[in-house]
Amino acid sequence: MLDLRRFPSVGASLQAAIDRWPDEVCLIEADRERENHRLTYRQFEGLALPLASALQEMGMPEAFRAAIIMTNQSKWLVSAYAVFYAGGILIPLDYKLTGREHVELLTHSRTRVLIIEYHLWRQLRQSEGFDRLALPLVLVTETPAGADLLGAQRWEECRRPEAPRFVARRRTDTACIVYSSGTGGRPKGCMMTHDNYLEQCRSLTALYPFWPGVRYLSILPTNHAIDFMVGFFGPFICGAAVVHLRTLRPEFVRDAFPRYQITYVSLVPMVLKNLERGLCTRFAGLPPFKRSLLGALTAMNRSLTRRRPWLGLSRLLLRDVHRAFGGKLRAIFVGGAFTEPSTLQFFYDLGIPVANGYGLTEAGTAVTLNDFRPFRADTVGRPLPGMEVRISDPDGEGIGEVLVRSKTVMAGYLDDAELTAETIVDGWVRTGDLGRLDAMGHLQLFGRKKNMIVTEGGKNIYPEDIENVFDSLAVKEFCVFARNYLWPQKGLGREELVLVLHPDAGKTVDAELLEEVRRRNRRLPDFKRIRSYLPWSSDFPRTASMKIKRPDLARLITEGAGEDGLRPLAD
Amino acid sequence: MKTLEQVIEEVLQLASRHCKVSREDLSADDDFFQKLGIDSLQALDLLTRLENHFHIELPDYEMQGVSDFRRLAERIQVRL
Repeated sequence: MLDLRRFPSVGASLQAAIDRWPDEVCLIEADRERENHRLTYRQFEGLALPLASALQEMGMPEAFRAAIIMTNQSKWLVSAYAVFYAGGILIPLDYKLTGREHVELLTHSRTRVLIIEYHLWRQLRQSEGFDRLALPLVLVTETPAGADLLGAQRWEECRRPEAPRFVARRRTDTACIVYSSGTGGRPKGCMMTHDNYLEQCRSLTALYPFWPGVRYLSILPTNHAIDFMVGFFGPFICGAAVVHLRTLRPEFVRDAFPRYQITYVSLVPMVLKNLERGLCTRFAGLPPFKRSLLGALTAMNRSLTRRRPWLGLSRLLLRDVHRAFGGKLRAIFVGGAFTEPSTLQFFYDLGIPVANGYGLTEAGTAVTLNDFRPFRADTVGRPLPGMEVRISDPDGEGIGEVLVRSKTVMAGYLDDAELTAETIVDGWVRTGDLGRLDAMGHLQLFGRKKNMIVTEGGKNIYPEDIENVFDSLAVKEFCVFARNYLWPQKGLGREELVLVLHPDAGKTVDAELLEEVRRRNRRLPDFKRIRSYLPWSSDFPRTASMKIKRPDLARLITEGAGEDGLRPLAD
Repeated sequence: MKTLEQVIEEVLQLASRHCKVSREDLSADDDFFQKLGIDSLQALDLLTRLENHFHIELPDYEMQGVSDFRRLAERIQVRL
């Protein structure tokens, strides 16, 4: 792998990787059982540089901002390299957001160049607020033949043959603006520097190395921080290859492992759980003798790998299981949300280590990661090299807020000095997560103290962001909280949202009001729905500009009402 | 060539059978995630069944942002 200490920027290190491994395969894109294409590092460069050249010829200023809204595919990476090459700042946006949310983040980030798939472009064009966007250049991919481009250009045709000029960036310059959440009022655009990425990549690849021949299966979209790091930057600076699968259908995901001899893959807990269920069903369908044998071999493997993984032995003992995964799988990365220890143990017992970790965009993609020395299902691993983790104001059990200091900590939130100052105090990121460091240096998480929940799919949900669904509700005022923010729970995986209702004078929370709340609640996707409500009878504390003082209201609620005052909002 | 209304009807019938929800409770403009109570992985399973029924292929990435039966049926119809 490249020695990243020598490079000033992400773009410069990618350029060096291309020079170092020109004939190695870097990208394979597959759609179901078909292979769309396979690119070497030289061919990858051959696609990216004409695009970089076109961007420069169009007079994009240095440090122009370019957003990518794409599903999981190789053009994402080609576009990203072209942007870095031309000196731009990348804004990776989640393609699953609504058109209105995209408009909001494109406005907030002051994006000038948008690279987007056609069907998403069509959706964006129809979204409220689109007309106010200033987008001098929009490039679309996946455009059907003869389709109206709606003012955009075809990505495939945006290229100039002249060699582009490589625009040097410094380590302290912003490489990406990553939205850690935040639509509906206060977008949180984390300004990630080149130094952040270079240092994160160094620490991650020290623990989980890539090399030419390694194949990483990319299922998560590349806008996801984990995939950006281990499904793009990490493999590329080591000469490895990334396999993009353009479908998430379980049958094709399963087939991709043996077909492409996958070495690593990243999953969110929900997909990992689904994989576990699928395997359990298959095991349950085995004849009794084979099932008993599998149980015995699994127990033997568990015993023999108690201290550390022994991949060769596991592959021998549980040959059929490993063959189904292609026989080359070294680890599954999982993160972004809470993973049940039983799931981690299930895979480890089969000889498939699941590297669960802990990270947040603001502090680093991965702050801690399981190193399997030995395997621990009950922790999120030890801090990676270069990461300092400490517990603030620990209670009698050693549990307190997790603070992180590292070169991977973001420069700050875009255009929000106040929020930055609240989040990074004396160089330490206040994560809002409750944790404890044990005697072996492993971090154990116990819940969240901030007003936020994280879904199984790894999405951060801020209660403020979903309040607009309840706009003009027939009450005096209302407020949404994460339950754990009001009553911190020392437990994970039971996160939910609470609606506090203050009825108009002389009124109560009656059946009619509740029916209206339920009706509106059904408009939200399941993972964003309110689970319980709390009737409240006094005025909410507010600022001079009439915004609810959430921390003050939360304190009044926890002092004035017990958790048993909560009522379920069942349908 | 089937009309959009015919495709919608077949989609609703298949969804009703597959997710064990009464056909009468489903209408073209319903959000299928909410009405059928399914998550994104279960929706992919439903798509596979629709593909088999109509003998077409629906790329996952084109389904982004599609959450009601009518738009789903439109995407199917252009492929018939």
